[in-house]
Amino acid sequence: MANTTELVTAPGSQAGPGAGRIPRRPAKLPPPLQAAVRLLGLVPFAAYVVVGLFIPLIAVLIGAFKNPTTNAWTFSNIDTITHGAYLRGYENSLELSLIASILPGIFGLLIAYAIFTAKRGGKVLRQMVITASGVFANFGGVPLAFLFIAALASSALVTGWLNDIGVNIYAHGFSLFDLFGASVVYMYFQIPLMVLIILPALEGLRPSWREAAENLGASSWSYWRRIGGPVLLPSFVSCLMLLFGSALSAYATAEALTGGTIALVPIQIGTLLNGNVVAGQENIGKALSLGLVLIITVLMVVYVLLQRKAAKWLR
Amino acid sequence: MAPIARYAQGVSILRLLRRPPQDGAPAIARSGKFPVWRWVILLVAGVYFLLPLYAAIRFAGFKAFGSVFTQPGFAEALWTSIQISAMTWIITMALMLPTTIYVHLRLPRLRAVLESITILPIVIPPIVLTVGVLQVFPTQLKATMWLLGIEYVILAMPFAYRSIDAGLRSIDLKTLTEASNNLGASWPQTIWRVIMPNLGTSLLSATVLIVALCLGEFTMASLNLVTTFPVWIVEFDQLNANISTSASIFALVVTWIFLMLIVTLGSRRSRRTGAGEVTLFTVTANTKTIGES
Repeated sequence: MANTTELVTAPGSQAGPGAGRIPRRPAKLPPPLQAAVRLLGLVPFAAYVVVGLFIPLIAVLIGAFKNPTTNAWTFSNIDTITHGAYLRGYENSLELSLIASILPGIFGLLIAYAIFTAKRGGKVLRQMVITASGVFANFGGVPLAFLFIAALASSALVTGWLNDIGVNIYAHGFSLFDLFGASVVYMYFQIPLMVLIILPALEGLRPSWREAAENLGASSWSYWRRIGGPVLLPSFVSCLMLLFGSALSAYATAEALTGGTIALVPIQIGTLLNGNVVAGQENIGKALSLGLVLIITVLMVVYVLLQRKAAKWLR
Repeated sequence: MAPIARYAQGVSILRLLRRPPQDGAPAIARSGKFPVWRWVILLVAGVYFLLPLYAAIRFAGFKAFGSVFTQPGFAEALWTSIQISAMTWIITMALMLPTTIYVHLRLPRLRAVLESITILPIVIPPIVLTVGVLQVFPTQLKATMWLLGIEYVILAMPFAYRSIDAGLRSIDLKTLTEASNNLGASWPQTIWRVIMPNLGTSLLSATVLIVALCLGEFTMASLNLVTTFPVWIVEFDQLNANISTSASIFALVVTWIFLMLIVTLGSRRSRRTGAGEVTLFTVTANTKTIGES
């Protein structure tokens, strides 16, 4: 690349850069070097991220394509995880994440809207619900499983109450330990998460739009159909992507609740990590992890695209 | 349970501290109607969230609550978690505070890059990161709390970065640092005595989040075979489910009260620390504002 300032000072010269040039400020380094020196300040941070995040992730990526005994490149790990029990793990994980993101998504939106528009005592209500959501969104694992076993297992408290009023949920095919049962439990942390992440989008809906719509004679329904809904939709769907990712990567709750009765990818990875490995399958866990990362990548691309769309109106 | 939930918790605290909710709703709700639907939704939510809690407390019995603290291993597990929290906090602050300040002052264009790098830990499933970490880290670090401390910094990074970044945007960083340097302060002195006191809200929420993260993270701790507090709860469950459930419900309630306290007390002084807008779940549409500082 030709240096433009040089062309101005020596118009006729076609010599290489630096030839016959007198630096104006000799104390300063040339701009590219200056920029390089400036980047040095980021070295500690960059080194930490490379060691703590990138190298482990790259090891997963490479390991997924390696034969653990011969260390040769291979597709056999990928082949293994796309068949049989591991494929079923993916199917179950995706189905569970789908149920455990759409239902909590809708319900979380309703709760968020309910507290966002509360008038009298709204401030206290909002503070309480938001802080409680923060706590519940991070509740999980064995304690959460225990809560639901105490409430909804076949002879538990709530099941008993429902029986008393003539609703036998177990006779209707409900079980706490199948995919639907697990998603009922997942909702316990997914709904609060939805409340937390959809609130900023709700706050972006401007009161003046509603007022304008009402002044023009719009009903509540037509406001939501023509203004509120379309403006909120990209945010809503992008929040569903985050919920889906959250359900997909849940490990502690899945393990505590199902204990391996449902094949789910995070559990399968955990089992492999715990050393329950047949010789030659040491890298299956990495291949499974790679699959999860690929799904998450797709989710995040959709998320970013939708957020761009949402940002047009909500800021 | 995923890191996204921890991140969302941190962001919501930060938002509450920076812009406390107003009494009285914005007019996007239609006025003049009795809002039956609101009470229906809140009632259903209340039943869904409180009924299992009630069932568990009834099942475990109230006696279990008192005996939690005297159980074998409780103190050790809690102490391990506290040590990890301290270590994570120190590394996070020592790494992220100077880096974020540096980027603000010298490399404002790289803020977008840092933002995308620091988003990675909240979207990558912890189990995947654990697989990689246990593969590449030296054997001496495996099954030690040092490994957890090092990796929790990575997990805390998304929120720590955004929180400090939002704090720095709300103060006049350039003037403050120039004034401090002109008065003869060194960089560490400037950070410690000028910038940190001005970042009260951001640092408080980052600290709360780091402690919550270290006291709650299960996946990596259990697969790395370190008995932190959440791992102890699960291990103990096999001996006595009532006590371990009481311990976690107790932790849940204490955390909630603690957060309410911070938000109530903290938002009173938020006027002083400036109200920088926090947009952490939204991708900013115009990247032009990034150059400003």
